[in-house]
Amino acid sequence: MVDDFLLRAGLAGAAVALAAGPLGCFVVWRRMAYFGDATAHAAILGVALALAFSLSVQAGTLLVALAMAATVSALAGRGWAMDTTLGVLAHSALAFGLVAISFVQGVRVDLAAYLFGDILAVSWADLWRIWAGALAVVALLAWRWSALLTATLSEDLAHAAGIDPGRERLVLTLALALVVAAAIKVVGALLIAAMLIVPAAAARAFARSPEAMAVAAVALGGLAVLGGLALSLGQDTPAGPSIVAVAAAIFGAAIAFGAVRRQDGPDG
Amino acid sequence: MSLVAAEGLTLRYGARTALAGVDLRIAPGEIVTVIGPNGSGKSTLLRALLGILPPSAGRVVRRPGLRIGYVPQRLTIDPGLPLTVGRFLSLPRRQPAAAIAAALARCGLQRFERRQMAALSGGQFQRALLARALLAEPELLMLDEPTASLDQAGKAEFYRLIEAVRRELGCAVLMVSHDLHVVMAASDRVICLNGHVCCQGTPTAVAAAPEYRALFGPGTGGALALYRHAHDHVHDHVHDAVGPGAAAMPDHPGADAPRDAFGDASRDASRDAPGRPRNGAPGPAGAAPQPGPARPEPAGRGHG
Repeated sequence: MVDDFLLRAGLAGAAVALAAGPLGCFVVWRRMAYFGDATAHAAILGVALALAFSLSVQAGTLLVALAMAATVSALAGRGWAMDTTLGVLAHSALAFGLVAISFVQGVRVDLAAYLFGDILAVSWADLWRIWAGALAVVALLAWRWSALLTATLSEDLAHAAGIDPGRERLVLTLALALVVAAAIKVVGALLIAAMLIVPAAAARAFARSPEAMAVAAVALGGLAVLGGLALSLGQDTPAGPSIVAVAAAIFGAAIAFGAVRRQDGPDG
Repeated sequence: MSLVAAEGLTLRYGARTALAGVDLRIAPGEIVTVIGPNGSGKSTLLRALLGILPPSAGRVVRRPGLRIGYVPQRLTIDPGLPLTVGRFLSLPRRQPAAAIAAALARCGLQRFERRQMAALSGGQFQRALLARALLAEPELLMLDEPTASLDQAGKAEFYRLIEAVRRELGCAVLMVSHDLHVVMAASDRVICLNGHVCCQGTPTAVAAAPEYRALFGPGTGGALALYRHAHDHVHDHVHDAVGPGAAAMPDHPGADAPRDAFGDASRDASRDAPGRPRNGAPGPAGAAPQPGPARPEPAGRGHG
Protein backbone atom coordinates (compact mmCIF):
# COMPACT_ATOMS: atom_id res chain seq x y z
CA MET A 1 0.00 0.00 0.00
CA VAL A 2 1.24 3.47 -0.84
CA ASP A 3 2.06 5.39 2.28
CA ASP A 4 -0.69 7.81 3.11
CA PHE A 5 1.65 10.79 3.47
CA LEU A 6 3.13 10.12 0.05
CA LEU A 7 -0.33 10.08 -1.54
CA ARG A 8 -1.18 13.39 0.09
CA ALA A 9 2.16 14.86 -1.04
CA GLY A 10 1.60 13.72 -4.62
CA LEU A 11 -1.93 15.13 -4.71
CA ALA A 12 -0.78 18.45 -3.24
CA GLY A 13 2.03 18.69 -5.78
CA ALA A 14 -0.36 17.86 -8.63
CA ALA A 15 -2.70 20.66 -7.56
CA VAL A 16 0.15 23.17 -7.56
CA ALA A 17 1.35 21.99 -10.98
CA LEU A 18 -2.20 22.29 -12.33
CA ALA A 19 -2.59 25.92 -11.25
CA ALA A 20 1.01 27.01 -11.80
CA GLY A 21 1.14 25.70 -15.39
CA PRO A 22 -1.27 28.12 -17.10
CA LEU A 23 -0.53 31.00 -14.71
CA GLY A 24 3.21 30.45 -15.23
CA CYS A 25 2.69 30.83 -18.98
CA PHE A 26 1.29 34.32 -18.42
CA VAL A 27 4.15 35.10 -16.05
CA VAL A 28 6.56 34.17 -18.87
CA TRP A 29 4.64 35.93 -21.67
CA ARG A 30 4.16 39.13 -19.68
CA ARG A 31 7.65 39.05 -18.14
CA MET A 32 6.28 39.07 -14.61
CA ALA A 33 8.88 36.76 -13.05
CA TYR A 34 9.98 39.31 -10.48
CA PHE A 35 6.35 40.12 -9.74
CA GLY A 36 5.80 36.46 -8.84
CA ASP A 37 8.87 36.55 -6.64
CA ALA A 38 7.71 39.64 -4.76
CA THR A 39 4.26 38.17 -4.14
CA ALA A 40 5.66 34.84 -3.01
CA HIS A 41 8.23 36.39 -0.67
CA ALA A 42 5.53 38.52 0.91
CA ALA A 43 3.86 35.27 1.94
CA ILE A 44 6.37 34.95 4.80
CA LEU A 45 4.93 38.16 6.21
CA GLY A 46 1.53 36.50 5.85
CA VAL A 47 2.74 33.53 7.86
CA ALA A 48 3.81 35.87 10.66
CA LEU A 49 0.42 37.61 10.64
CA ALA A 50 -1.41 34.28 10.62
CA LEU A 51 0.56 33.07 13.63
CA ALA A 52 0.11 36.34 15.52
CA PHE A 53 -3.65 36.53 14.93
CA SER A 54 -4.34 32.78 14.94
CA LEU A 55 -5.56 32.72 11.34
CA SER A 56 -4.96 29.81 9.00
CA VAL A 57 -1.63 30.14 7.19
CA GLN A 58 -3.39 30.05 3.82
CA ALA A 59 -5.68 32.94 4.78
CA GLY A 60 -2.73 34.99 6.05
CA THR A 61 -0.61 34.41 2.95
CA LEU A 62 -3.55 35.09 0.64
CA LEU A 63 -4.25 38.44 2.32
CA VAL A 64 -0.63 39.60 2.30
CA ALA A 65 0.01 38.33 -1.22
CA LEU A 66 -3.00 40.33 -2.43
CA ALA A 67 -1.82 43.43 -0.56
CA MET A 68 1.64 43.01 -2.05
CA ALA A 69 0.33 42.61 -5.58
CA ALA A 70 -1.85 45.70 -5.14
CA THR A 71 1.14 47.67 -3.84
CA VAL A 72 3.27 46.66 -6.79
CA SER A 73 0.52 47.63 -9.25
CA ALA A 74 0.08 50.99 -7.52
CA LEU A 75 3.83 51.72 -7.53
CA ALA A 76 4.31 50.69 -11.15
CA GLY A 77 5.07 53.63 -13.39
CA ARG A 78 5.84 56.07 -10.56
CA GLY A 79 9.25 56.95 -11.89
CA TRP A 80 11.21 53.90 -10.79
CA ALA A 81 12.07 51.11 -13.18
CA MET A 82 9.76 48.17 -12.59
CA ASP A 83 12.56 45.74 -11.74
CA THR A 84 13.95 48.17 -9.16
CA THR A 85 10.54 48.57 -7.51
CA LEU A 86 10.00 44.81 -7.47
CA GLY A 87 13.53 44.12 -6.26
CA VAL A 88 13.04 46.47 -3.32
CA LEU A 89 9.61 45.07 -2.48
CA ALA A 90 10.47 41.38 -2.92
CA HIS A 91 13.44 41.43 -0.59
CA SER A 92 12.05 43.82 1.97
CA ALA A 93 8.85 41.76 2.20
CA LEU A 94 10.95 38.70 2.92
CA ALA A 95 13.10 40.55 5.48
CA PHE A 96 10.10 42.07 7.27
CA GLY A 97 8.41 38.67 7.32
CA LEU A 98 11.41 37.00 8.90
CA VAL A 99 11.71 39.80 11.47
CA ALA A 100 8.00 39.65 12.23
CA ILE A 101 8.07 35.89 12.78
CA SER A 102 10.80 36.31 15.39
CA PHE A 103 8.40 38.56 17.34
CA VAL A 104 5.64 35.96 17.48
CA GLN A 105 5.78 34.79 21.08
CA GLY A 106 4.99 31.37 22.43
CA VAL A 107 4.95 29.62 19.08
CA ARG A 108 7.70 27.32 18.01
CA VAL A 109 7.89 28.05 14.32
CA ASP A 110 9.55 25.76 11.87
CA LEU A 111 10.67 28.55 9.56
CA ALA A 112 12.24 26.19 7.05
CA ALA A 113 8.81 24.65 6.41
CA TYR A 114 7.55 28.00 5.08
CA LEU A 115 10.71 28.95 3.23
CA PHE A 116 11.27 25.63 1.48
CA GLY A 117 7.91 23.90 1.89
CA ASP A 118 6.97 20.79 3.82
CA ILE A 119 5.08 18.75 1.27
CA LEU A 120 5.45 15.50 3.20
CA ALA A 121 3.57 17.04 6.16
CA VAL A 122 0.51 18.13 4.15
CA SER A 123 -2.64 17.13 6.02
CA TRP A 124 -5.96 16.13 4.44
CA ALA A 125 -7.35 19.52 5.57
CA ASP A 126 -4.41 21.28 3.85
CA LEU A 127 -5.02 19.18 0.77
CA TRP A 128 -8.64 20.30 0.45
CA ARG A 129 -7.62 23.94 0.72
CA ILE A 130 -4.80 23.52 -1.81
CA TRP A 131 -7.13 21.86 -4.34
CA ALA A 132 -9.83 24.47 -3.79
CA GLY A 133 -7.31 27.23 -4.49
CA ALA A 134 -5.85 25.47 -7.53
CA LEU A 135 -9.25 24.77 -9.09
CA ALA A 136 -10.30 28.37 -8.47
CA VAL A 137 -7.21 29.57 -10.36
CA VAL A 138 -7.81 27.21 -13.28
CA ALA A 139 -11.47 28.23 -13.51
CA LEU A 140 -10.55 31.93 -13.37
CA LEU A 141 -7.92 31.61 -16.09
CA ALA A 142 -10.15 29.45 -18.31
CA TRP A 143 -12.97 31.98 -18.00
CA ARG A 144 -10.77 34.97 -18.90
CA TRP A 145 -8.41 33.11 -21.26
CA SER A 146 -9.03 34.97 -24.56
CA ALA A 147 -9.25 38.37 -22.89
CA LEU A 148 -6.04 37.70 -20.94
CA LEU A 149 -4.26 36.59 -24.09
CA THR A 150 -5.40 39.65 -26.05
CA ALA A 151 -4.37 42.02 -23.25
CA THR A 152 -1.00 40.24 -23.07
CA LEU A 153 -0.37 40.87 -26.79
CA SER A 154 -1.28 44.55 -26.64
CA GLU A 155 -3.27 46.62 -24.19
CA ASP A 156 -4.40 48.93 -26.99
CA LEU A 157 -5.60 45.98 -29.05
CA ALA A 158 -7.55 44.73 -26.03
CA HIS A 159 -9.05 48.17 -25.39
CA ALA A 160 -10.15 48.47 -29.01
CA ALA A 161 -11.87 45.06 -28.68
CA GLY A 162 -13.79 46.20 -25.61
CA ILE A 163 -11.54 44.48 -23.06
CA ASP A 164 -10.33 46.40 -20.01
CA PRO A 165 -6.62 45.51 -19.61
CA GLY A 166 -6.68 46.78 -16.03
CA ARG A 167 -9.31 44.23 -15.10
CA GLU A 168 -7.29 41.42 -16.71
CA ARG A 169 -4.22 42.49 -14.73
CA LEU A 170 -6.37 42.23 -11.61
CA VAL A 171 -7.40 38.70 -12.61
CA LEU A 172 -3.75 37.67 -12.89
CA THR A 173 -2.94 39.35 -9.56
CA LEU A 174 -5.72 37.43 -7.83
CA ALA A 175 -4.65 34.15 -9.45
CA LEU A 176 -1.07 34.75 -8.36
CA ALA A 177 -2.08 35.35 -4.75
CA LEU A 178 -4.18 32.17 -4.79
CA VAL A 179 -1.30 30.10 -6.17
CA VAL A 180 1.09 31.50 -3.57
CA ALA A 181 -1.32 30.63 -0.77
CA ALA A 182 -1.79 27.13 -2.17
CA ALA A 183 1.86 26.43 -2.88
CA ILE A 184 3.58 27.72 0.26
CA LYS A 185 3.12 24.38 2.02
CA VAL A 186 4.32 22.47 -1.05
CA VAL A 187 7.47 24.21 -2.32
CA GLY A 188 7.84 27.11 0.12
CA ALA A 189 7.91 30.87 -0.38
CA LEU A 190 11.40 30.95 -1.89
CA LEU A 191 10.65 28.45 -4.65
CA ILE A 192 7.05 29.24 -5.66
CA ALA A 193 8.22 31.48 -8.47
CA ALA A 194 10.30 28.59 -9.79
CA MET A 195 7.21 26.37 -10.03
CA LEU A 196 5.56 29.13 -12.07
CA ILE A 197 8.39 29.88 -14.46
CA VAL A 198 10.43 26.70 -14.96
CA PRO A 199 7.71 24.32 -16.24
CA ALA A 200 6.21 27.06 -18.44
CA ALA A 201 9.60 27.91 -19.93
CA ALA A 202 10.30 24.23 -20.57
CA ALA A 203 6.89 23.81 -22.22
CA ARG A 204 7.73 26.47 -24.82
CA ALA A 205 9.90 24.02 -26.74
CA PHE A 206 6.98 21.64 -27.30
CA ALA A 207 4.14 24.05 -28.01
CA ARG A 208 2.82 25.70 -31.17
CA SER A 209 -0.14 27.42 -29.52
CA PRO A 210 -0.71 29.19 -26.20
CA GLU A 211 -3.18 26.52 -25.07
CA ALA A 212 -0.76 23.69 -25.87
CA MET A 213 1.94 25.49 -23.90
CA ALA A 214 -0.32 25.75 -20.84
CA VAL A 215 -1.20 22.05 -21.01
CA ALA A 216 2.44 21.07 -21.51
CA ALA A 217 3.44 23.25 -18.54
CA VAL A 218 0.94 21.38 -16.34
CA ALA A 219 2.27 18.02 -17.54
CA LEU A 220 5.92 18.97 -17.04
CA GLY A 221 5.13 20.48 -13.62
CA GLY A 222 3.39 17.25 -12.61
CA LEU A 223 6.39 15.26 -13.85
CA ALA A 224 8.69 17.45 -11.75
CA VAL A 225 6.54 16.84 -8.66
CA LEU A 226 6.64 13.07 -9.13
CA GLY A 227 10.35 13.06 -9.91
CA GLY A 228 11.15 15.34 -7.00
CA LEU A 229 9.17 13.20 -4.56
CA ALA A 230 10.92 10.05 -5.81
CA LEU A 231 14.29 11.77 -5.45
CA SER A 232 13.39 12.93 -1.97
CA LEU A 233 12.24 9.44 -0.93
CA GLY A 234 15.22 7.63 -2.43
CA GLN A 235 18.02 10.01 -1.49
CA ASP A 236 16.44 11.62 1.58
CA THR A 237 16.72 15.10 0.05
CA PRO A 238 14.36 17.98 1.01
CA ALA A 239 11.19 17.55 -1.05
CA GLY A 240 10.48 21.12 -2.21
CA PRO A 241 13.97 21.87 -3.55
CA SER A 242 14.08 18.38 -5.12
CA ILE A 243 10.90 19.15 -7.10
CA VAL A 244 12.38 22.42 -8.40
CA ALA A 245 15.70 20.68 -9.18
CA VAL A 246 13.89 18.08 -11.30
CA ALA A 247 11.91 20.85 -13.01
CA ALA A 248 15.21 22.56 -13.86
CA ALA A 249 16.57 19.32 -15.31
CA ILE A 250 13.44 18.99 -17.45
CA PHE A 251 13.97 22.58 -18.61
CA GLY A 252 17.52 21.71 -19.66
CA ALA A 253 16.30 18.69 -21.61
CA ALA A 254 13.59 20.80 -23.28
CA ILE A 255 16.17 23.38 -24.39
CA ALA A 256 18.24 20.60 -25.98
CA PHE A 257 15.11 19.18 -27.65
CA GLY A 258 14.22 22.62 -29.02
CA ALA A 259 17.73 23.11 -30.39
CA VAL A 260 17.66 19.75 -32.15
CA ARG A 261 14.23 20.43 -33.63
CA ARG A 262 15.31 23.82 -34.93
CA GLN A 263 18.18 22.17 -36.77
CA ASP A 264 15.78 19.68 -38.35
CA GLY A 265 13.51 22.38 -39.71
CA PRO A 266 12.03 25.77 -39.02
CA ASP A 267 9.68 26.00 -36.08
CA GLY A 268 7.02 27.52 -38.24
CA MET B 1 -23.06 61.90 -40.99
CA SER B 2 -19.40 61.52 -40.13
CA LEU B 3 -18.20 58.21 -38.70
CA VAL B 4 -16.20 59.79 -35.92
CA ALA B 5 -15.68 63.38 -34.91
CA ALA B 6 -13.51 65.20 -32.40
CA GLU B 7 -14.77 68.54 -31.16
CA GLY B 8 -12.36 70.78 -29.28
CA LEU B 9 -10.53 67.62 -28.18
CA THR B 10 -7.96 68.38 -25.50
CA LEU B 11 -5.82 65.81 -23.70
CA ARG B 12 -3.43 66.48 -20.85
CA TYR B 13 -0.95 64.16 -19.18
CA GLY B 14 -0.32 65.90 -15.87
CA ALA B 15 1.03 69.34 -16.76
CA ARG B 16 1.78 68.43 -20.37
CA THR B 17 -0.83 69.13 -23.01
CA ALA B 18 -0.67 66.47 -25.71
CA LEU B 19 -3.61 67.72 -27.74
CA ALA B 20 -5.22 71.14 -27.64
CA GLY B 21 -8.58 71.93 -29.21
CA VAL B 22 -8.47 69.44 -32.07
CA ASP B 23 -11.46 69.44 -34.42
CA LEU B 24 -11.67 66.53 -36.82
CA ARG B 25 -14.31 64.66 -38.80
CA ILE B 26 -13.93 61.44 -40.71
CA ALA B 27 -16.51 60.92 -43.45
CA PRO B 28 -17.47 57.46 -44.75
CA GLY B 29 -15.02 56.10 -47.31
CA GLU B 30 -12.35 58.81 -47.14
CA ILE B 31 -8.65 58.22 -46.54
CA VAL B 32 -7.12 60.62 -44.04
CA THR B 33 -3.44 60.63 -43.14
CA VAL B 34 -2.28 62.34 -39.96
CA ILE B 35 1.37 63.40 -40.00
CA GLY B 36 3.50 65.14 -37.41
CA PRO B 37 6.84 64.81 -35.62
CA ASN B 38 7.41 62.48 -32.68
CA GLY B 39 5.50 63.61 -29.62
CA SER B 40 3.02 65.64 -31.66
CA GLY B 41 0.05 63.72 -30.24
CA LYS B 42 -0.71 61.53 -33.27
CA SER B 43 -1.06 58.29 -31.34
CA THR B 44 -2.85 60.12 -28.55
CA LEU B 45 -5.37 61.41 -31.09
CA LEU B 46 -5.97 57.91 -32.44
CA ARG B 47 -6.37 56.42 -28.98
CA ALA B 48 -8.76 59.19 -27.97
CA LEU B 49 -10.86 58.57 -31.09
CA LEU B 50 -10.93 54.86 -30.20
CA GLY B 51 -12.17 55.70 -26.71
CA ILE B 52 -9.04 54.33 -24.98
CA LEU B 53 -8.11 57.75 -23.57
CA PRO B 54 -10.84 59.94 -22.06
CA PRO B 55 -10.62 63.58 -23.22
CA SER B 56 -9.60 66.23 -20.67
CA ALA B 57 -11.86 68.67 -22.49
CA GLY B 58 -13.97 68.62 -25.62
CA ARG B 59 -15.51 65.42 -26.87
CA VAL B 60 -15.32 62.52 -29.28
CA VAL B 61 -18.48 61.44 -31.07
CA ARG B 62 -18.56 58.03 -32.73
CA ARG B 63 -21.52 56.99 -34.84
CA PRO B 64 -23.51 54.50 -32.76
CA GLY B 65 -22.60 50.90 -33.62
CA LEU B 66 -19.56 51.98 -35.66
CA ARG B 67 -17.36 49.01 -36.58
CA ILE B 68 -13.68 49.95 -36.22
CA GLY B 69 -10.72 47.88 -37.36
CA TYR B 70 -7.62 48.87 -35.42
CA VAL B 71 -3.98 48.24 -36.26
CA PRO B 72 -1.86 49.22 -33.23
CA GLN B 73 1.49 50.96 -33.47
CA ARG B 74 3.97 48.42 -32.22
CA LEU B 75 3.11 44.90 -31.30
CA THR B 76 5.96 42.90 -29.91
CA ILE B 77 5.11 39.29 -29.25
CA ASP B 78 7.28 37.75 -26.58
CA PRO B 79 9.32 34.92 -28.11
CA GLY B 80 8.06 32.77 -25.25
CA LEU B 81 4.53 32.97 -26.64
CA PRO B 82 3.80 30.45 -29.41
CA LEU B 83 1.06 31.90 -31.59
CA THR B 84 0.00 30.93 -35.08
CA VAL B 85 -1.36 33.52 -37.48
CA GLY B 86 -4.74 31.77 -37.47
CA ARG B 87 -4.97 31.83 -33.69
CA PHE B 88 -3.94 35.50 -33.63
CA LEU B 89 -6.80 36.35 -35.97
CA SER B 90 -9.16 34.54 -33.57
CA LEU B 91 -8.34 36.84 -30.66
CA PRO B 92 -10.27 37.72 -28.66
CA ARG B 93 -13.22 36.00 -30.39
CA ARG B 94 -13.12 32.75 -32.32
CA GLN B 95 -13.61 33.36 -36.02
CA PRO B 96 -14.81 30.90 -38.68
CA ALA B 97 -11.92 29.32 -40.60
CA ALA B 98 -13.36 30.57 -43.89
CA ALA B 99 -13.43 34.17 -42.67
CA ILE B 100 -9.81 33.89 -41.50
CA ALA B 101 -8.73 32.40 -44.83
CA ALA B 102 -10.52 35.17 -46.73
CA ALA B 103 -9.00 37.95 -44.60
CA LEU B 104 -5.51 36.48 -45.00
CA ALA B 105 -5.96 36.04 -48.75
CA ARG B 106 -7.10 39.64 -49.11
CA CYS B 107 -3.85 40.71 -47.43
CA GLY B 108 -1.68 38.43 -49.55
CA LEU B 109 -1.07 35.86 -46.82
CA GLN B 110 -2.70 32.79 -48.38
CA ARG B 111 -2.25 29.60 -46.33
CA PHE B 112 -0.41 31.41 -43.53
CA GLU B 113 -2.83 30.16 -40.86
CA ARG B 114 -0.40 27.70 -39.34
CA ARG B 115 2.72 29.90 -39.52
CA GLN B 116 4.08 31.25 -36.26
CA MET B 117 3.68 35.01 -35.80
CA ALA B 118 7.28 35.23 -34.62
CA ALA B 119 8.50 33.77 -37.92
CA LEU B 120 6.89 36.47 -40.08
CA SER B 121 8.88 39.22 -41.77
CA GLY B 122 8.12 42.83 -40.87
CA GLY B 123 5.85 43.32 -43.87
CA GLN B 124 4.04 40.02 -43.35
CA PHE B 125 3.51 40.87 -39.69
CA GLN B 126 1.91 44.22 -40.56
CA ARG B 127 -0.34 42.49 -43.11
CA ALA B 128 -1.38 39.95 -40.49
CA LEU B 129 -2.36 42.84 -38.20
CA LEU B 130 -4.35 44.34 -41.05
CA ALA B 131 -6.04 41.00 -41.76
CA ARG B 132 -7.10 40.80 -38.12
CA ALA B 133 -8.55 44.31 -38.30
CA LEU B 134 -10.50 43.38 -41.47
CA LEU B 135 -12.29 40.51 -39.69
CA ALA B 136 -14.44 43.11 -37.93
CA GLU B 137 -15.73 44.17 -41.40
CA PRO B 138 -14.80 47.71 -40.41
CA GLU B 139 -16.49 50.88 -41.59
CA LEU B 140 -13.42 52.72 -40.31
CA LEU B 141 -9.90 51.36 -40.40
CA MET B 142 -7.49 53.01 -37.94
CA LEU B 143 -3.78 52.42 -38.39
CA ASP B 144 -1.06 53.77 -36.09
CA GLU B 145 2.21 54.15 -38.02
CA PRO B 146 1.67 50.84 -39.81
CA THR B 147 4.72 51.24 -42.03
CA ALA B 148 7.20 52.57 -39.45
CA SER B 149 9.29 49.40 -39.57
CA LEU B 150 9.10 48.89 -43.34
CA ASP B 151 11.52 50.05 -46.02
CA GLN B 152 10.45 52.31 -48.86
CA ALA B 153 9.29 49.46 -51.12
CA GLY B 154 7.51 47.78 -48.20
CA LYS B 155 5.70 51.03 -47.39
CA ALA B 156 4.57 51.39 -50.99
CA GLU B 157 3.32 47.81 -51.08
CA PHE B 158 1.42 48.26 -47.81
CA TYR B 159 -0.17 51.49 -49.02
CA ARG B 160 -1.32 49.79 -52.24
CA LEU B 161 -2.85 47.04 -50.11
CA ILE B 162 -4.77 49.56 -48.01
CA GLU B 163 -5.98 51.27 -51.17
CA ALA B 164 -7.23 47.94 -52.51
CA VAL B 165 -8.94 47.16 -49.21
CA ARG B 166 -10.66 50.54 -49.24
CA ARG B 167 -11.85 49.93 -52.80
CA GLU B 168 -13.24 46.52 -51.91
CA LEU B 169 -14.78 47.29 -48.53
CA GLY B 170 -15.53 50.97 -48.99
CA CYS B 171 -14.31 51.65 -45.46
CA ALA B 172 -12.84 54.94 -44.34
CA VAL B 173 -9.15 54.91 -43.43
CA LEU B 174 -7.50 57.01 -40.75
CA MET B 175 -3.76 56.49 -40.75
CA VAL B 176 -1.03 58.01 -38.61
CA SER B 177 2.41 58.44 -40.11
CA HIS B 178 5.56 59.97 -38.66
CA ASP B 179 6.90 60.50 -42.14
CA LEU B 180 6.54 64.22 -42.74
CA HIS B 181 6.97 64.31 -46.45
CA VAL B 182 5.98 60.98 -47.88
CA VAL B 183 2.34 59.99 -47.52
CA MET B 184 -0.01 57.65 -49.24
CA ALA B 185 -0.90 59.09 -52.64
CA ALA B 186 -4.49 57.94 -52.27
CA SER B 187 -5.01 60.15 -49.20
CA ASP B 188 -8.03 62.37 -49.66
CA ARG B 189 -6.79 64.57 -46.87
CA VAL B 190 -3.54 65.05 -45.01
CA ILE B 191 -3.67 66.54 -41.53
CA CYS B 192 -0.50 67.97 -40.07
CA LEU B 193 -0.62 67.68 -36.30
CA ASN B 194 1.63 69.17 -33.66
CA GLY B 195 -0.45 69.26 -30.51
CA HIS B 196 -3.01 71.08 -32.62
CA VAL B 197 -4.02 70.85 -36.26
CA CYS B 198 -1.31 72.88 -38.04
CA CYS B 199 -2.70 72.54 -41.52
CA GLN B 200 -4.53 70.13 -43.77
CA GLY B 201 -5.21 69.58 -47.42
CA THR B 202 -4.88 67.21 -50.36
CA PRO B 203 -1.48 65.74 -51.20
CA THR B 204 -0.27 67.02 -54.51
CA ALA B 205 0.21 64.44 -57.20
CA VAL B 206 3.96 64.75 -57.18
CA ALA B 207 4.33 61.02 -57.69
CA ALA B 208 4.02 61.47 -61.43
CA ALA B 209 6.85 64.02 -61.61
CA PRO B 210 10.08 62.68 -63.11
CA GLU B 211 12.12 64.35 -60.34
CA TYR B 212 10.15 62.39 -57.79
CA ARG B 213 10.75 59.12 -59.61
CA ALA B 214 14.42 59.90 -59.80
CA LEU B 215 14.40 60.26 -56.04
CA PHE B 216 12.49 57.16 -55.03
CA GLY B 217 12.89 55.00 -58.09
CA PRO B 218 10.10 53.39 -60.07
CA GLY B 219 9.61 50.66 -57.47
CA THR B 220 6.99 52.58 -55.53
CA GLY B 221 4.55 52.34 -58.43
CA GLY B 222 2.99 55.68 -57.66
CA ALA B 223 1.89 54.72 -54.17
CA LEU B 224 3.92 57.44 -52.49
CA ALA B 225 3.44 61.14 -52.89
CA LEU B 226 4.93 64.24 -51.41
CA TYR B 227 2.81 66.47 -49.27
CA ARG B 228 3.65 70.14 -49.47
CA HIS B 229 3.19 72.03 -46.26
CA ALA B 230 0.95 74.98 -46.98
CA HIS B 231 1.17 76.58 -43.58
CA ASP B 232 -1.54 79.14 -43.06
CA HIS B 233 -0.28 80.58 -39.80
CA VAL B 234 2.97 81.65 -38.23
CA HIS B 235 4.60 79.48 -35.63
CA ASP B 236 5.91 81.91 -33.07
CA HIS B 237 4.37 80.05 -30.14
CA VAL B 238 6.78 77.99 -28.06
CA HIS B 239 5.83 74.36 -27.44
CA ASP B 240 6.28 73.42 -23.81
CA ALA B 241 7.67 70.04 -24.79
CA VAL B 242 10.65 71.65 -26.46
CA GLY B 243 13.67 72.59 -24.40
CA PRO B 244 16.19 75.46 -24.61
CA GLY B 245 16.75 76.69 -28.09
CA ALA B 246 13.11 76.17 -28.77
CA ALA B 247 12.67 79.57 -30.27
CA ALA B 248 14.82 78.62 -33.19
CA MET B 249 13.06 75.33 -33.73
CA PRO B 250 10.44 74.99 -36.40
CA ASP B 251 7.30 73.00 -35.72
CA HIS B 252 9.01 69.96 -37.13
CA PRO B 253 12.32 69.25 -35.41
CA GLY B 254 15.14 68.74 -37.82
CA ALA B 255 16.13 65.10 -37.70
CA ASP B 256 12.78 63.67 -38.60
CA ALA B 257 12.71 63.25 -42.33
CA PRO B 258 15.15 63.04 -45.20
CA ARG B 259 14.23 66.45 -46.42
CA ASP B 260 17.52 68.10 -47.35
CA ALA B 261 16.85 67.09 -50.91
CA PHE B 262 13.76 69.28 -50.83
CA GLY B 263 15.26 72.06 -48.83
CA ASP B 264 12.08 72.13 -46.78
CA ALA B 265 13.66 71.94 -43.35
CA SER B 266 15.99 74.81 -43.90
CA ARG B 267 13.21 76.92 -45.29
CA ASP B 268 11.09 76.15 -42.28
CA ALA B 269 13.95 77.05 -40.01
CA SER B 270 14.78 80.27 -41.75
CA ARG B 271 11.17 81.29 -41.63
CA ASP B 272 10.74 80.57 -37.96
CA ALA B 273 14.10 81.72 -36.70
CA PRO B 274 13.91 85.00 -34.81
CA GLY B 275 16.31 87.66 -35.95
CA ARG B 276 15.77 86.91 -39.60
CA PRO B 277 13.28 88.95 -41.49
CA ARG B 278 10.14 86.91 -41.58
CA ASN B 279 9.11 88.08 -44.99
CA GLY B 280 12.56 88.67 -46.36
CA ALA B 281 13.18 86.27 -49.19
CA PRO B 282 16.15 84.09 -48.45
CA GLY B 283 17.99 83.35 -51.63
CA PRO B 284 17.60 79.89 -53.07
CA ALA B 285 21.21 79.03 -52.36
CA GLY B 286 20.99 80.21 -48.76
CA ALA B 287 17.73 78.39 -48.26
CA ALA B 288 18.94 74.99 -49.30
CA PRO B 289 22.38 74.21 -47.96
CA GLN B 290 22.62 71.12 -50.17
CA PRO B 291 20.63 71.75 -53.29
CA GLY B 292 19.23 68.32 -54.03
CA PRO B 293 19.60 66.66 -57.37
CA ALA B 294 15.87 66.50 -57.83
CA ARG B 295 13.40 69.06 -56.65
CA PRO B 296 9.72 69.03 -57.53
CA GLU B 297 9.53 72.80 -57.43
CA PRO B 298 12.07 75.62 -57.31
CA ALA B 299 13.40 76.16 -53.82
CA GLY B 300 12.93 79.89 -53.92
CA ARG B 301 9.16 79.52 -53.90
CA GLY B 302 7.52 81.76 -51.33
CA HIS B 303 6.61 79.77 -48.28
CA GLY B 304 3.79 80.45 -45.87
